[in-house]
Amino acid sequence: MTEQLTLSRALNAGLRRSLADNDRVLLMGEDIGTLGGVFRVTDGLKAEFGADRVIDTPLAEAGIVGTAIGLAYRGYRPVCEIQFDGFIYPAFDQIVAQVAKLHYRTGGNLVLPITIRVPYGGGIGAVEHHSESPEAYFAHTAGLRVVTCANPQDAYSMIREAVASDDPVLFFEPKRRYWVKGDVDFEEEALPLGSARIVATGSDVTLVAYGPLVATALDAALAAADDGLSVEVIDLRSLSPVDFDTVEASVRKTGRLVITHEAAQSGGIGAEIAASITDRCFYHLEAAPQRVTGFDIPYPPAKLEEHFLPDLDRILDAVDRVMGRENSLTGWSAS
Amino acid sequence: MSSATSVDKSVDGEKPELAHKQFEEPRSDLPGLGGSDRGGPDERGPEEELVQILTPMGERISQPVLDTWVADVDGDQLVSLYEDMVVVRRIDVEATALQRQGELGLWPPLLGQEASQIGSARALRKDDFVFTSYRENAVAYARGVQLVDLVRVWRGTAFSGWNPFDVGMATPQVIIGAQTLHATGYAIGCQKDGVDSVAVAYFGDGATSQGDVSEAMIFAASFNAPVIFFCQNNQWAISEPVGLQAVRPIADRSPGFGIPSMRVDGNDVLAVMAATRIALDRARTGGGPTFIEAVTYRMGPHTTSDDPSRYEDGAEHEEWAAKDPILRLERYLESAGILTDEVRAAVKTKSDEVAREFRAECVGLKNPEPLSVFENVYAAPHSGLERQKRQYAAYLSYVEGGTR
Repeated sequence: MTEQLTLSRALNAGLRRSLADNDRVLLMGEDIGTLGGVFRVTDGLKAEFGADRVIDTPLAEAGIVGTAIGLAYRGYRPVCEIQFDGFIYPAFDQIVAQVAKLHYRTGGNLVLPITIRVPYGGGIGAVEHHSESPEAYFAHTAGLRVVTCANPQDAYSMIREAVASDDPVLFFEPKRRYWVKGDVDFEEEALPLGSARIVATGSDVTLVAYGPLVATALDAALAAADDGLSVEVIDLRSLSPVDFDTVEASVRKTGRLVITHEAAQSGGIGAEIAASITDRCFYHLEAAPQRVTGFDIPYPPAKLEEHFLPDLDRILDAVDRVMGRENSLTGWSAS
Repeated sequence: MSSATSVDKSVDGEKPELAHKQFEEPRSDLPGLGGSDRGGPDERGPEEELVQILTPMGERISQPVLDTWVADVDGDQLVSLYEDMVVVRRIDVEATALQRQGELGLWPPLLGQEASQIGSARALRKDDFVFTSYRENAVAYARGVQLVDLVRVWRGTAFSGWNPFDVGMATPQVIIGAQTLHATGYAIGCQKDGVDSVAVAYFGDGATSQGDVSEAMIFAASFNAPVIFFCQNNQWAISEPVGLQAVRPIADRSPGFGIPSMRVDGNDVLAVMAATRIALDRARTGGGPTFIEAVTYRMGPHTTSDDPSRYEDGAEHEEWAAKDPILRLERYLESAGILTDEVRAAVKTKSDEVAREFRAECVGLKNPEPLSVFENVYAAPHSGLERQKRQYAAYLSYVEGGTR
């Protein structure tokens, strides 16, 4: 059965199905029950499954994640909501030192099927701490799987796969795309959680994006086509592990790589992809891989966010750079 | 205008209506806390208002509330508690020696805390689950952890000595206070499952300063979770005295969260056991969380790497030595005619045997295989890690023929 849903409603449908399929699945977080979450992702689920399974918690992120660990010890599969990206840091120890490491520390005896949902990213004119992209911290942490969806179909499928995963999953939701509609086939066979997807085929440049910037990357590919360039767009979907095989195969074909994300550049996902792909297909590269990212600054005030977020033009500028065409840095010198 | 005046005005002299029902006087049915003055630093001495059944001199005194909870503890059981305490002290001595001989990387001695740990752990059922810090080796022993499994972590062969589900004891926690949240979550799970198992969080006085412990108490109170917060106040967080963590008795803190507390003599194995049984009974019957402050003293260093002579007052140490938990039980058992020469010899033999086995198991532990470093990071294969593992395997066979 196929239905047109917003990304937010698709997540809601995926969570509903997860709750229905397995009675050990619990949702917990701030305002997720009676209110249905500040983005309404959990709307109606408390009414349907009860306050015992859709739990409004005290306002304590470490408490939410820490008690989820205890519930995992008891055989539950908690799905925690962190209300906004910038609110995740109080839970950092519980995620990085506990959730991520406990399977290893217990010699594999404890499984932590914990999903931590995080609305992330900017572009909605929000106040501070509401527009961040902290995914690299978690992709850098052994023991976690880190994924992000970019469209309603993946939102539905990937949240179910995350909840079903015996490994802890950081599930990043592109909040500025919550209201984007798309077809959701409830019976579609989902791709494995750790795999990327080619969402536009091309032969000149490989453009890697994830989460909120996949739509922007697709727009850029269309615009480049008008200019006679064929851009292949990869929706990375998983940041740990990264599906390097898919990216490598594409770059071997195109010889050029542009990576884009909202998160700051240094030590980011783009850096890891550039390094690994350079390692894997150095002799196939026609140009140095380029990153189009947020700057190494705190997320700026709303009226300045357009000067932080990668957009169509900045991506096309990088495409021109790898193509050896005139671009904003032609003739530019640091000195 | 003083702040008190403005508060009075804002509520027109009436008590504000609270969103949640006021916790009924948390101390009314529990022994251990008598102080009613609130607000300032505490002037009470360390022993005042401590609940006790056995005095340091080994006299058994009447404590009407606690007595009923240990009325069934007969001579045989007392000897068994005594034996446990002697054995875990012997393990502690052996482990310290093993560390000095280079067989263990580190050891956190529990010397002085035997009664707190044995008295509480021996009160538990098999289906209860404990979440501890790293010093609870006596708790582990009482839970049935094998001797070899006690040393793996400290020899550096593994991060967990045992399967938590075999003994109802989580992998000990090094991050201070983090396990209190895990215990609370586990307790919430017990509640959802409709079982009367109880989760127990063990932590120290230093941990009470951690946000996780406050958050755990908030969650436990809000969900009425069947969890016991068992704080061994051993007076020290490495070099920092408890006064730096709390200006009032630690047991005074939890009532503010809606969790009743007891303050017991942590060197009195019977008082500790009674208090734990009270808390267990409350938890099993839907009474929710309880906080126990077991007042004891860390007679050894923080770990074998520590040097207490830089911060500890010798006189205080001597004062606490006189309150030794094993000595006082020994005195009581002697006066009651239970601790015969025969029993004493049997306990000595047992503890020496355990120490011998402990040592043999320790030095017999082999280093894990190099490539096991990659195991159990994930429950399911992770393509990035698999590649690193294959590359490192290739490296090992390239440089050293696969062994190292």
